Amino acid sequence: MIELENVAYSYGGGELLSDISLELQPGSFHFLTGPSGAGKTTFLKLCYGALTPTSGTVRLFGADRRGMERDDIAMARRRIGVVHQDCQFLDHMSVAENIALPLMVSGRDLLGEAANLKELTGWVGLKERANALPPELSGGERQRAALARAVIMSPDVVLADEPTGNVDWEMSQRLLRLLIELNRMGKTIMIATHDLALIRAAKAHVQARVLRIANRRLQLAGADL
Amino acid sequence: MKLDPGRLTEMLAGDAQADRVVPPTGFTASLTLFAAGAMAFLAVFALALSLATARLADRWGDELARSSTIRISAPEGQLASQTQAALRVLETTTGVASARALTPEEQSALLEPWFGPDLPVDALPIPQLIEVIEDAEGFDAQGLRLRLSAEVPGAVLDDHTRWREPLVNAANRLRMLGVVSLLLIGATMAAMITLAANAALAANAQVIGVLRLVGAQDGYIVRAFVRRFTLRALIGAAVGMALGCLAILALPAAQDEGGFLTGLGFRGWHWVWPLAVPLLAAAVAFWATKTAARKTLRSLP
Repeated sequence: MIELENVAYSYGGGELLSDISLELQPGSFHFLTGPSGAGKTTFLKLCYGALTPTSGTVRLFGADRRGMERDDIAMARRRIGVVHQDCQFLDHMSVAENIALPLMVSGRDLLGEAANLKELTGWVGLKERANALPPELSGGERQRAALARAVIMSPDVVLADEPTGNVDWEMSQRLLRLLIELNRMGKTIMIATHDLALIRAAKAHVQARVLRIANRRLQLAGADL
Repeated sequence: MKLDPGRLTEMLAGDAQADRVVPPTGFTASLTLFAAGAMAFLAVFALALSLATARLADRWGDELARSSTIRISAPEGQLASQTQAALRVLETTTGVASARALTPEEQSALLEPWFGPDLPVDALPIPQLIEVIEDAEGFDAQGLRLRLSAEVPGAVLDDHTRWREPLVNAANRLRMLGVVSLLLIGATMAAMITLAANAALAANAQVIGVLRLVGAQDGYIVRAFVRRFTLRALIGAAVGMALGCLAILALPAAQDEGGFLTGLGFRGWHWVWPLAVPLLAAAVAFWATKTAARKTLRSLP
């Protein structure tokens, strides 16, 4: 579904990433790790089409990123849920409306999806906060709202960039359980994190592959984490 | 860029849901309303000026061109006979529909504004005037002059072109100024709305980023902004147009003595024109916002 072939990326100056090849298989669970500034976020941005590789090829659902128009990328985003560490919302709309935003922008019938939305809000534990505004939420609540927003379109892939960066251990366990549950429902998951404890905790529940970015390259990390 | 009226109405009828994704902004909203209103107010006057000068040019060009004057100056005893001779010449001239000598009462009425009502016109050696009305073809002024000089030595033909042409020119120039003003008003409004739209787009960078992330296509984002600015321009311009029309109605009515200035207004079906002002303002806003939004979006990831 997402394929990278000999991909390199540079922001001008030296290359940040080079010679990266990866094919995300449906239903797989990946961790992406590496030191800060190694290029984890850049790698994820390449995966959801926010960046075009400086060399090599990125294919989103079979289409070459270079040949995609802006609207094609928008269509691909509807099949890729993204959760950022500092997730942003439309601050003038309620949490429930923000979670439903992907439905809204893709022209789905919101009334028809109301039950779905309610269930999802309950699943991430935000039922009580559905009418709050995003600036009123705590860090953990924001992350869960962002996760709910990322999965409401029932995407094929969920990419999470340091989803547990701003929350305590208990909350990160809760987010991880939600992601593992999504994986069991058949979604492909990729989590960028430098929290090795989180990776260890996940390994008890799910068959996860760990990728590491080091020296500009992507390596499969050993099983000894 | 082509403006499709069907899509314009559809967009104005609107997707209230989509409209909400852009947070309301009080200050730019009122500025846009004010600018559109002020421009529409000015546009109504520019329109009135253009239409009034067009009317003037038509009247001066058309009605006056149909009439000429023959002035006969002759010694006391010969005036009547020369007048008769001139009328005979005119009767046989092709292109003359009718000709008649002005009565002494009409002549003194013409002089009244200059000399007052009690002037003993009879006592003055006033030339006799003959009013000549052309038919559709008109007559050959040069040929008529030659015939008159042969048969009526005291007659001078004045076909009014000498003073009519500069007036028609002036009226046409004024009308052109009115049209140029309308174009400038439209362009200024486009510029102001582009600035306001750019400010709104810059202020809402986060909103646009979030919308892109969750898979909104450019058209969706553009519509959310365009709808807002088009409606503001429409409402502002409608208010400005209404005030402009009231101001025009409040002008003193056209009078014979008033001449040009008091005739500055709309006549009959010309009142339809101001109604077009808000629609044009909305179209300008639609186009300006759409262009600005597309341009901004292209520069974002």
